Amino acid sequence: MATAVRIARLRGLFSAAIVAGIYSLLGACWMSVLDQPDVAFTEASVGAGISTVLILVTLSLTTSEEKEPEHTPLLPLIVILITGAALVYGTIDMPRLGDPDAQVHRHVAPRYIDESPHEVAVPNLVTAVLASYRGYDTLGETAVIFTAGIGVLILLGGARRRRWVADEDDE
Amino acid sequence: MKRQSIPRVAAKLLIPYILLYALYVQWHGDYGPGGGFQAGVIFAAGVILHAIVFDLRASQRALSPRIVQLLIPLGLLLYIGVGVVTMLKGGTFLNYSVLQHDPVHGQHLGILLVELGVGTTVAGVMISIFYAFGETVRS
Repeated sequence: MATAVRIARLRGLFSAAIVAGIYSLLGACWMSVLDQPDVAFTEASVGAGISTVLILVTLSLTTSEEKEPEHTPLLPLIVILITGAALVYGTIDMPRLGDPDAQVHRHVAPRYIDESPHEVAVPNLVTAVLASYRGYDTLGETAVIFTAGIGVLILLGGARRRRWVADEDDE
Repeated sequence: MKRQSIPRVAAKLLIPYILLYALYVQWHGDYGPGGGFQAGVIFAAGVILHAIVFDLRASQRALSPRIVQLLIPLGLLLYIGVGVVTMLKGGTFLNYSVLQHDPVHGQHLGILLVELGVGTTVAGVMISIFYAFGETVRS
């Protein structure tokens, strides 16, 4: 929480990126406290690792100082407060953390837990659900990564590719 | 950072283990935490560390941008290919049980291949994006 406020207060984008990385690392620690090593692993490697590096490289292309805001921050603050209040209101209906009677634990989860040792027989249940039962979803995720990557490469690479060809002609 | 010896020595020591760890996470996803996505990111992190500490050119000589870009569609095609093979063998799309005679072995093989596809695509995307940024910064 304090880290998030710190990011909002910082005007230097370089330090903001570093603090955002620290925030992700804290999130990863929090997930491992909740016994979710898969999520913690992903958060540490993607959130704290790669995305911090990519933000820093982006900063080297642009400037590393935030512009002075042209208008007062009052209206955005009101919007954020209302949205935040609505979200907090929404969490009131949520079941308590770890409640065995919660909706998500009664739908398909018992079947996965009971049957996957015979059907898939993979010790890591997360992998069994992710790659086998939810194979379509993971295929979709991979396609999203593919599309996003191709998009960024096209944006960055138009002029560059022509230079490559010229370089290779010189050699 | 080319002339600073401490990061260079530290990176030289670390990079092989980072890449090895990525492969461990890739193949060991069935048994412990991790899988294709994390493995791809860790592998990319190793290459990016190499590019930062040494030189982008040096990394690109070791791992050509063309090959890395080829990895992006290759992973996705491997994933879809597993699905197509299961359909050809009489199952539904991505039903790994038909891959081998024993359904459980089929599931293991299917998960392994699919995770490999995810890891390949993720590593390819991350390294390619970093290469592209590096090239743009240089010019």
